[in-house]
Amino acid sequence: MAKITLSKLRHSYNPKPEGPDDYALKEIDLDWDDGGAYALLGPSGCGKTTLLNIISGLLQPSQGKVLFDDRDVTALPPDKRNIAQVFQFPVIYDTMTVFDNLAFPLRNRGVDEATVGARVHEIAEMLELDDLLTIRAAGLSADNKQKISMGRGLVRKDVNVIMFDEPLTVIDPHLKWKLRSKLKELHQRVRATMIYVTHDQTEALTFADQVVVMKDGEIVQIGTPVELFERPAHTFVGHFIGSPGMNILPCTLRDGQAWFNGQHIETEGPATGDGDAEIGVRPEHISLGSGPLEAEIVKVADVGRHNVVELRLGNSLIKAIVENDVPATGTRVAIGFDPARTRIYRGGRIASQPKERAR
Amino acid sequence: MKKQNQKAWFFVLPVLLLVAFNALIPMMTVVNYSVQETFGNNLFFWEGLGWFEKLLRSERFHAALGRQFMFTGMILAIEVPLGVIIALSMPRSGFWVPVCLVLMALPMLIPWNVVGAMWNIFTLPDIGLLGYLMNHVLGIDYNMTQDPFAAWATIIVMDVWHWTSLVVLLSYAGLVSIPEAYYQAARIDGASNWSVFRHIQLPKMKQVLTIAILLRFMDSFNIYTEPFVLTGGGPGNATTLLSIDLVKIALGQFDLGPAAAMSLIYFVITLFVSWLFYTLMTKDDE
Amino acid sequence: MRKRSLIPLLYILFLLLPIYWLIAMSFKTTGEILSGFSLFPQTWTFDNYRTIFTDPTWYWGYFNSITYVALNTVISLAVALPAAYAFSRYRFLGDKHLFFWLLTNRMAPAAVFALPFFQLYSAVGLFDTHIAVALAHTLFNVPLAVWILEGFMSSVPKELDETAYVDGYSFPRFFTRIFLPTIKAGVGVAAFFCFMFSWVELLLAKTLTAVAAKPIAATMTKTASSAGYELGLLAAAGTLTIIPGAIVIWFVRNHIAKGFALGRV
Repeated sequence: MAKITLSKLRHSYNPKPEGPDDYALKEIDLDWDDGGAYALLGPSGCGKTTLLNIISGLLQPSQGKVLFDDRDVTALPPDKRNIAQVFQFPVIYDTMTVFDNLAFPLRNRGVDEATVGARVHEIAEMLELDDLLTIRAAGLSADNKQKISMGRGLVRKDVNVIMFDEPLTVIDPHLKWKLRSKLKELHQRVRATMIYVTHDQTEALTFADQVVVMKDGEIVQIGTPVELFERPAHTFVGHFIGSPGMNILPCTLRDGQAWFNGQHIETEGPATGDGDAEIGVRPEHISLGSGPLEAEIVKVADVGRHNVVELRLGNSLIKAIVENDVPATGTRVAIGFDPARTRIYRGGRIASQPKERAR
Repeated sequence: MKKQNQKAWFFVLPVLLLVAFNALIPMMTVVNYSVQETFGNNLFFWEGLGWFEKLLRSERFHAALGRQFMFTGMILAIEVPLGVIIALSMPRSGFWVPVCLVLMALPMLIPWNVVGAMWNIFTLPDIGLLGYLMNHVLGIDYNMTQDPFAAWATIIVMDVWHWTSLVVLLSYAGLVSIPEAYYQAARIDGASNWSVFRHIQLPKMKQVLTIAILLRFMDSFNIYTEPFVLTGGGPGNATTLLSIDLVKIALGQFDLGPAAAMSLIYFVITLFVSWLFYTLMTKDDE
Repeated sequence: MRKRSLIPLLYILFLLLPIYWLIAMSFKTTGEILSGFSLFPQTWTFDNYRTIFTDPTWYWGYFNSITYVALNTVISLAVALPAAYAFSRYRFLGDKHLFFWLLTNRMAPAAVFALPFFQLYSAVGLFDTHIAVALAHTLFNVPLAVWILEGFMSSVPKELDETAYVDGYSFPRFFTRIFLPTIKAGVGVAAFFCFMFSWVELLLAKTLTAVAAKPIAATMTKTASSAGYELGLLAAAGTLTIIPGAIVIWFVRNHIAKGFALGRV
């Protein structure tokens, strides 16, 4: 196990990159702590898989270095890096039994059969595959095949990191949940560094201690699930995480205060400077019935535990989450934002000062 | 699951009529001839299973059958491994791939007698490229009209030239259908090149290889035109394969009875061996 | 990596050598050919090609071959398409046996059928017609076409058919407007194989024709035996028979690698 450092990583699939648009990864600097459970979250095409393949060594970065415990491994091939990777589609060796599949990475490294047997049984027991060991792997269901892929990653004791590249894509919905909690449990048992790539926020937030959010080849925020939810560092994070995502309203800054349609909006803290900016507030933090603003109810959707109310505020549409009953559509209601959880963004990035510092 | 629908018979009816016309009627003619004796003038006499008995005991038939199995066995033993090796060493993508595939498929699209004629011209002892090279540059005495060994070597090399590409194309098709993740996983698992071949590439090629081997078996077992044009079955009877012998009897000597009996036995052997191949190769697929 | 690509390269070189020799011969004069070995034609001549393009027995041979090959491809596909659809979509009485029986016809040695075909097609008055050869070649092309097309069709999800019917498509309209375009790669591959096996076959084509529909390949054999040994002419005719195949394969070059894999056993 090791700490993984990515230093000034850039990658382009174009051998002669011209502009920043040619780069799949733009300048990544990142530390992954030993034993952490990380999620790499972002929409398709944001560079997650590229980053993963660079860490595993399947891809050579155009620029920058990969360090395992401060040792430069940038030039090492995957099998010399002691890493494991689980792919989107289960990769199993059709001709072998489940046992032989799990034993394969060990046998390739010349581990003696007694150790192989012991280790395979231990992993099979963890993954609840022990009944299937003598069966040919080809005939198994997708979730069992994916468990075998995971098992091949876990079976080596000394792996530096185990990486999962959207491993639940082909798994049936009702089994997804089971495998996800299995994974979490496995992390607690083996304590290996794990990096989980996904575009699904639920998967990322339930699995990880730290979530790295990527967009267009850049890291926009790193934080715990709570931090990402409470105080997104970027409007993209606000949008991407949460359901529905954060409301973003255009505003004007005067003396560090936000003004929307001539109305002063109280925020967590002041921002510096004047001019155009945006207000970000989550639907959970909008209250109906009292407040300085007036909005018209456009649509109400009952999603079970609560109602999602769509409101017209000035020229903008916003969404609010309301626990109790909602007035009929067309009525005008007073609304208010929770000041402590209302942020100011400029150029997409957070601009309001956090409350602690303002105090 | 597929729907049960007897109306589907209407869809297969055209095929059925066409193939019945082409296969059943001639087959019945053959069966009819095989149990009769004729001395010309459309006079036929009942012969029973006599032709079959005589044929199965005839040394000429045994020899032709033996040569046929030797030929088919040899070309399969060369073409299948060679084709797989060539497919494995092809790049998986790029500008040159279609060019290579087109060039490789070229021999398969040349009329079979042209193939024979081409190899004839190619191997002529003094004026053919190969013949000249062998006799006058390498100093090996090479003349397939006189030397049975040279004749055999030539028809084998010709078939390898003609048909190895079929194995290459099919194997290559199997190879490019393997997702990249398999190779990546194998690299991470520390698999050797041999392991990658044995546990990833070979299993994924198995289905297309089954097709390739079956097609190669059927076509090489039925081969007629190319060796006939090249060697005429000679020198002597050295390269008289089953089909060549059959045509000699049927169209050359017009011995309809024996030819028909031989046709049936020939067909049954082809069917049986194809079935055997198929069963063996798909055995462990449950 | 470098060393590996040497293998296909050497193989292609091996494939091209006899073809090169055929082409080289076709540009040599008979005198030069018989006088001894020369790697390149010493005096280039187009006489051999001139003979072929001016003598009707030669150039009609090409038209005859191309006519029956085209007819065969059309007939084979026309009957194989609905049959393959039935095999890939429905279960019906005897379907498995029928499919296997079809395939056995692919295994029948042409030599076995030569004589009965001659008698059969003479009896129905089709001897020495293009259609006779085209029909005879369906014996091995229809099973192959059904086999290839069935593989392609089975890889198309059934939901496509159902959605189309829900959208109010009639079967013929669905089949021609939606289904055929979806499996056009498969149709291309099947057509390629029909073309190939009909174009290269000689035994049946020769047996079933005399004058009017005689294939180019048969004209060649006759030349080889009757007009002494006109190697240059033979080589020129042979060279010309390579061209149609080369054109056809160029058209399907992008399907050929992936297309093959979809045919199922």
